[in-house]
Amino acid sequence: MSVLSEHSTGHRFDFLTALKRALLSALIAFGLFSLLIGIRTDTGPTGALVLTGRPALLAIIVGLVFAGALVRELILRDRGIALGRFVSPDLLARAQALGKFVGLALLGFAILVPIIFYHDRYLLDLGIMILTYVMLGWGLNIVVGLAGLLDLGYVAFYAVGAYSYALLAENFGFSFWICLPLAGILASFWGILLGFPVLRLRGDYLAIVTLAFGEMIRLVLINWQNLTHGPDGITGVPRPSFFGLPFNNDDGGFAHTFGLEWSPLHRIVFLYYLILVLALVTNLVTIRLRRLPIGRAWEALREDEIACRSLGINTTNTKLTAFAMGAMFAGFAGSFFATRQGFISPESFTFTESALVLAIVVLGGMGSQIGVAVAAAVMLGGFEFFREFAQFRMLVFGLAMVAIMIWRPRGLVATRTPSIFLNREKDINAELVRRARTKTWSWRRAQHD
Amino acid sequence: MTDAAAEPILTVEHLSMRFGGLVAVDDLSFSARRGDITALIGPNGAGKTTVFNCITGFYKPSVGMIRLTHTNGAEFLLERLFDFRISKHARVARTFQNIRLFPGMTALENLMVAQHNPLMLASGLTFLGIFGIASFTQAERAAIDKARYWLDRIGLIERADDPAGSLPYGAQRRLEIARAMCADPVLLCLDEPAAGLNVRESGELNELLMFIRAEHGTSILLIEHDMSVVMEISDHIVVLDYGLKIADGKPAAVRDDPKVIAAYLGVHDEELDEAHAEAGL
Repeated sequence: MSVLSEHSTGHRFDFLTALKRALLSALIAFGLFSLLIGIRTDTGPTGALVLTGRPALLAIIVGLVFAGALVRELILRDRGIALGRFVSPDLLARAQALGKFVGLALLGFAILVPIIFYHDRYLLDLGIMILTYVMLGWGLNIVVGLAGLLDLGYVAFYAVGAYSYALLAENFGFSFWICLPLAGILASFWGILLGFPVLRLRGDYLAIVTLAFGEMIRLVLINWQNLTHGPDGITGVPRPSFFGLPFNNDDGGFAHTFGLEWSPLHRIVFLYYLILVLALVTNLVTIRLRRLPIGRAWEALREDEIACRSLGINTTNTKLTAFAMGAMFAGFAGSFFATRQGFISPESFTFTESALVLAIVVLGGMGSQIGVAVAAAVMLGGFEFFREFAQFRMLVFGLAMVAIMIWRPRGLVATRTPSIFLNREKDINAELVRRARTKTWSWRRAQHD
Repeated sequence: MTDAAAEPILTVEHLSMRFGGLVAVDDLSFSARRGDITALIGPNGAGKTTVFNCITGFYKPSVGMIRLTHTNGAEFLLERLFDFRISKHARVARTFQNIRLFPGMTALENLMVAQHNPLMLASGLTFLGIFGIASFTQAERAAIDKARYWLDRIGLIERADDPAGSLPYGAQRRLEIARAMCADPVLLCLDEPAAGLNVRESGELNELLMFIRAEHGTSILLIEHDMSVVMEISDHIVVLDYGLKIADGKPAAVRDDPKVIAAYLGVHDEELDEAHAEAGL
């Protein structure tokens, strides 16, 4: 039943079809909401639960859905207004041309945040959280965006990093600056360990195994009581020092040494700049790696694994290095998380975290550094912003995500910048670039060659 | 390609490939001489691509030996090498029947990926390259020059920075050959390079292949249906039908072989029997 054929058979038929569709929408709404809204449980006088019907509210909602669907069918579709038209492509193209400028402006803003909002602890904490996710997003971007390996268990490496720092500090008294590289190394070791069994898997199958791996790490953390204190977590994780100077009110502290008045905000600002530097290191390393043979091999692997093998590229090593690099940055971020919180428990490393980081990467546009940064800010800023909506927060937020995915199915930044150019640099439309998800398909096709 | 000087670069002996009960290639033996263009022809389903996949390591043959000899005498038993090692060590490069470029990467990037192994070494397995050491920068510049040379050769220098997926079909075919050549092969395996090309384009392809053989001394093994390509450029033709070799020789001899004609044009059963009887089968 195409729109075209409806047009040709006249207006009356149009109206009937629209009416039918609107009725169908209303029916679905009725089915959905009859239990959700139409019935309410209250505590009766005897303490037992009693059901009260709310037919009026249900009728209003179903009526609204019917009217909305009818309006959409008759007016919007009739005039050929697709939802996507509201965002002009010109505007987006111009925004992309400004990409580099925007990146620098954002960086400048990020550096100035602690100075502008010095007394606003809430904003600084939010900034630290956003930057942590920016770093995680950039790390996962190596695995998902560049190498095209769909990883749903990324949080496992974040957890490995956090517990590495906490346990090394607790048992051996190592300082943050010694533990940071160790946490990265340990996490990348686990990345390689995960990599081996999943080398032959692609697409959905890979996603399932990585998902399981993330859960395994969490369950081990919960159940290995002797080492990890189980669900109680590890308390008293050492706070970071300013290269040996603790942030306290003592004579040897940071404030005293630099002749400042002591303030608890010093540590927050320090943490802010620490995660900013860590995130920028992640970004710079990724940008650099993309221009090296290994980075090109990652992208080639995403585009066509069979062709890679025919060109003598060791796909095993290429995949493992992608996993290891991604995991390493998650490890760094994890140990930062541990030192910032001062307390870690398996609660912090659930699947939701993996999903959130993956959502940031997908929303940002796979492979795009600036897109991931903007997406992290939008997502986490969005969480905070929608806090006012209380219980509808996730609903509103989910709707916003769906809307973005309708308008920008390839993510916020839907172009790929070539890693090298001969004459002039031109961005590549994302339509041509393969994504992690299409891997299964291309593998099946390959087997039929 | 004087007969006396040319020793075989590739020797296939008693190669069989079975998929369950299906025998795709049955006891095939042939050799390709160094510096020759050897064509592998046969009707659809004759097992040509299977032979290719065995040679290039995508399949492990059920039975048989595939020996590749370098000019320095080094020998490689391809049936024992696994996937990427055939390209990396034995230096056999291939193209695919359905083009397998990296569509989201530019033409130049495609050619750079093909030079992965030497560049990887030059970058000190990434550890030195990340600090931008001079020797890597030099190696990269050399790689770009090589890519530029091939882009120029296949007439795509103007489109070097366009994504491979956006190039016209004929250009993609040529780019895939250039990409294989950037891997510095001693043996180039082309799976139906002329498929889908028009007359002018397949003429250009002939020129390109002749150029590759003359200037780079690369031996070529190709599967092809386009007889204008096969008859014009190949020095030696091997004909397969239902996994069996039915003819092997110079283009002129193969063209007149009754079994080849029968396999391509189809004949009545009696005629086929006669042809087989003639050939002593």
